[in-house]
Amino acid sequence: MIAFSILGAILVASAVWTISARKPVYSVVALLVNFATLAVFYVTLSAEFLAVIQIIVYSGAILVLFVFVIALLSSGVAPFSAGPNRLPMIWLPAGIVVLSALVFVIHAIAAAPAPPAPAASPGGPVGAPGVFGSVADFGKALFTVHILPFEVTALILMVAVIGVITLTSEHIPSAASRKSEAQVDREMREAILRGGER
Amino acid sequence: MPVPIVNYVALGSLMFFIGVIGVLVRRNPLIILMSIELMFNAANLLFIAFARVWLQNAGHIFAFLVITVAAAEAAIGLAIVVTTFRSEKNVDVDEVRSLRG
Repeated sequence: MIAFSILGAILVASAVWTISARKPVYSVVALLVNFATLAVFYVTLSAEFLAVIQIIVYSGAILVLFVFVIALLSSGVAPFSAGPNRLPMIWLPAGIVVLSALVFVIHAIAAAPAPPAPAASPGGPVGAPGVFGSVADFGKALFTVHILPFEVTALILMVAVIGVITLTSEHIPSAASRKSEAQVDREMREAILRGGER
Repeated sequence: MPVPIVNYVALGSLMFFIGVIGVLVRRNPLIILMSIELMFNAANLLFIAFARVWLQNAGHIFAFLVITVAAAEAAIGLAIVVTTFRSEKNVDVDEVRSLRG
């Protein structure tokens, strides 16, 4: 419980630092602290594989992506205009109402009784406390019971890769625009020839 | 399981709302994307905490899916920011109008 309090304080403080830092680089540093603390939480919740994934994917890939984009955008002039924040404070009561409603709902979920323990799978008891959350347990569940979410993951990543390449690549002339360029070229030549005749 | 689940629920809710406040208040698109990451991670924390309480693996699988979605979302959001910056030279979310329909 003491460890939970310390880690929770670090988590909340780094989250607040993330959204309140003036420069995006400081936000990235705060987010790194946040993700590392979350990885420690995952270890204490016996989700070791997800803790490693958290470190590799978030701290290793996503935050490096953020740092690259910040370096790219701040190489020239400062692109972000300073000024007041966007939302007027009159919306604060609405936010408090929504917050309390959500906390109420989640508390109701937390108070619900746990479902019955899963039936033993052919390879052994999946939900046993001794092996719960281990890499073997996770992998067995991922590739047998939950194979469809795994396939959906592959589809999402492929769509993301195609989308990023489409968004950020320079203009590649498609077949239609190449044909139109050829047409423009021919028309220009005809116009020049007509001009020569005239 | 020495820590009651209610503590994790409170921590996750707090972190989620810090993310919501960041999305609503900040004007820098990069910090807005980071706030979205905060919300994803708050949801992940709750998934894993409930998976531990109920000893069900499905929470871990869903957290895995959420991490994938977060990675795809960060990549596409940053690509949009870079593309907008190339054309507008100003990526303040209040002043960029080119994404309006």
